[in-house]
Amino acid sequence: MKAKTGLLCAAIVAAATASGAALAQANEQFFPVLVYRTGPYAPNGVPFANGYVDYLKLVNARDGGINGVKITFEECETGYATDRGVECYERLKGKGPTGATAFHPLSTGITFAVTDKAPGDRIPIITAGYGRADSVDGSVFSWNFPLGGTYWSAADILIQHLGKLNGGLDKLSGKKIALVYHDSPYGKEPIALLQERAKMHKYELLLLPVTHPGVEQKATWLQIRQQRPDYVFLWGWGVMNSTSIKEAVATGYPRDKMYGVWWSGAEPDVTPAGDGSKGYHALQFLAGAGQGQVHKDLLRHVYDKGEGTGNKEDVGQVLYNRGLVSAMMTVEAVRQAQTKYGKKPLKGEEVRWGLENLSIDAGTIKKLGFEGYMTPVKTSCGDHEGARTAGVQTWDGKKWNHTAGPYEADMKIIGPMIKASAEKYASEKKLTRQECGKN
Amino acid sequence: MLYRENGQFKSTYRADQQMLPIVQDRWLMLALLAVAFLVVPFAASNYLFLSILIPFLILTLAAIGLNLLVGYCGQISIGHAAFMAVGAYAAYNLVLRVPQLNFLVVLVLAGLIAAAVGMLFGIPSLRIKGLYLAVATLAAQFFMDWLFARVKWFTDYAHSGSVSTAPVELFGWRIDTPSEKYVFLLGVLVVFTVLAKNLVRGHIGRAWMATRDMDVAAEVIGIRPVYAKLTAFGVSSFYCGVAGALWGFVHLGSWEPLAFNLTVSLNLLFMIIIGGMGSVLGSYFGAAFIIMLPILLNQIPLLLGVPISTAMAAHLEFMIFGALIIFFLIVEPNGLARLWAIGKEKLRLWPFPH
Repeated sequence: MKAKTGLLCAAIVAAATASGAALAQANEQFFPVLVYRTGPYAPNGVPFANGYVDYLKLVNARDGGINGVKITFEECETGYATDRGVECYERLKGKGPTGATAFHPLSTGITFAVTDKAPGDRIPIITAGYGRADSVDGSVFSWNFPLGGTYWSAADILIQHLGKLNGGLDKLSGKKIALVYHDSPYGKEPIALLQERAKMHKYELLLLPVTHPGVEQKATWLQIRQQRPDYVFLWGWGVMNSTSIKEAVATGYPRDKMYGVWWSGAEPDVTPAGDGSKGYHALQFLAGAGQGQVHKDLLRHVYDKGEGTGNKEDVGQVLYNRGLVSAMMTVEAVRQAQTKYGKKPLKGEEVRWGLENLSIDAGTIKKLGFEGYMTPVKTSCGDHEGARTAGVQTWDGKKWNHTAGPYEADMKIIGPMIKASAEKYASEKKLTRQECGKN
Repeated sequence: MLYRENGQFKSTYRADQQMLPIVQDRWLMLALLAVAFLVVPFAASNYLFLSILIPFLILTLAAIGLNLLVGYCGQISIGHAAFMAVGAYAAYNLVLRVPQLNFLVVLVLAGLIAAAVGMLFGIPSLRIKGLYLAVATLAAQFFMDWLFARVKWFTDYAHSGSVSTAPVELFGWRIDTPSEKYVFLLGVLVVFTVLAKNLVRGHIGRAWMATRDMDVAAEVIGIRPVYAKLTAFGVSSFYCGVAGALWGFVHLGSWEPLAFNLTVSLNLLFMIIIGGMGSVLGSYFGAAFIIMLPILLNQIPLLLGVPISTAMAAHLEFMIFGALIIFFLIVEPNGLARLWAIGKEKLRLWPFPH
């Protein structure tokens, strides 16, 4: 078996060097970029991808790479489909002199699929603000990094916010909360936590699934009209979000009682409904909308040279900024790993160490130009999430305004759930826990 | 010149009824198997295995299954991904609840469960035909989607409805590297292909074909439609159930009900339409066409070094793929298998055609 694997590795290396001949100069770090610029999720996929790629371009143009190591990247279109996502992962994982740095699957379905493959390929999977909630537990999910927040954190924060609005979590008793969710692992992920909290605070939880891609929601909103929930949580993505808000307008459900997760709170979600979106709330993940120092740098070093990926006007949108922050955290992880392994192109497993020992404090944030658009993130083996705070933003008809928070998710509730769920995964997969603190 | 059967005399019925009656075909097949089993596992790259060969082998198996029903028995189904889902979830639950079972036994049991469900959904075929039956099988698709998304027992109460499995183990052989998966799947596919090939040549296959060509006439000559149609549904779902279990366990490793949605059903149907209805070989061609072509089309601009945006490449892929499907259907409505047969006919006369 050894010989066979060896031969295979040789074949991969040969294939990688052959196909990447142009990239194969030694001092380069390869970033795979899974995107969806087509299909029903494109309105949200495009700004994220632009932000991600623009930041990589900026690091090259402004700093000459990460400590002198140039960044190269290649996009691959997944169309939000799991099978194509896996194909892209396989296509890109071996490129560049040291293989892929880390993957952002940008879809919970693809995350689930590549989570299986990452340990074998020794490439970290970063799911900033999505993915499996239980992958916070680094002792089971060594290769997964849900940096900055999971859906359990998001759901927890929303409930905390409602508690605060009503004058205490105990006041939620008897209230009715509807979860309108994308009927996929993404949308189902928060249910466990909302049910756990429902037991504690005695509110009633209505689960209203919407099938992919979410353009047909008449039945869902009819149920909302009948049941009259006090609040609606929206767990949608792509065209589903704007459809939901339009349906809320049509059924007359007050928008200011609606709360979206951070994937349901960007400009493409609210603008199609026009003035009807006014008053709609959503969570704010790490960065909100707007422009700071980093955007000035971007405009100067990238856009003014005609190298920008998208339109100049879109720089600073919610999802654009999220792409920016995701790229920044990945670049910082590489920088962190360079302190241990040297300033050279790094392998996926070396970057993994950087991700597990990532520490982006207020000073670093200021230095990178992200002041006001980022909260500090500090990871460890036992905590791959690194930060679990989020604020609430409200759409005023023209732009998103920060209106409440930040709140921090309650690990007293989430912690045991993560442990139990990770335990179950480990037993299904017949994995043994890695001891934290060993590497 | 090379491909002629002059001088190959058959003196027994046995020799006349072989699966591959022409000597050259037999050699070709042996060479192909030798390459597939002995050369490819060592020569192919991981990307080729994981993104192309493994999905190709599994979907070919499913396409053969669907072809038995649609191509041989003439009963249209647009819900066969549902039977794949039944196979996958049956295998998942069997492994979860009876962990000591051998995986081969699990595969067969998963296939049998899928066959039972398939026969259940095949009952309407006794009364309705054609497009009406297609709509009835669509019900299977939606029902299974609903069942596996809503009834938590099937997914072992997973938070997000996604299940995951450990690598397959067979008599102490842990199948986890891409080349091992490939060899295992190839073995399964060869066995099932031979089975299908024999099945359609025997009395069962003849009963199916008679039913397909004219069910009233078939009944007159003594074929029981209940028996013919339900066995076709059963065998077809068995194949798809096994393919579904392999898709989940060997290819994906963890999946959600979305992995077996309507798109998969339609893709299977396209595979057999483009590959060739009523042809086992056609299932191979069709699966290759549907799986490999989009991936190839997507990469061509990059391979040629044409600077093109990702979105543009994706759009081009859709356009060219659609155009090619239409082109092949116009040029040869009977599928790629028919093109292959014509090529063989021509080759026999070459270089002196009449």
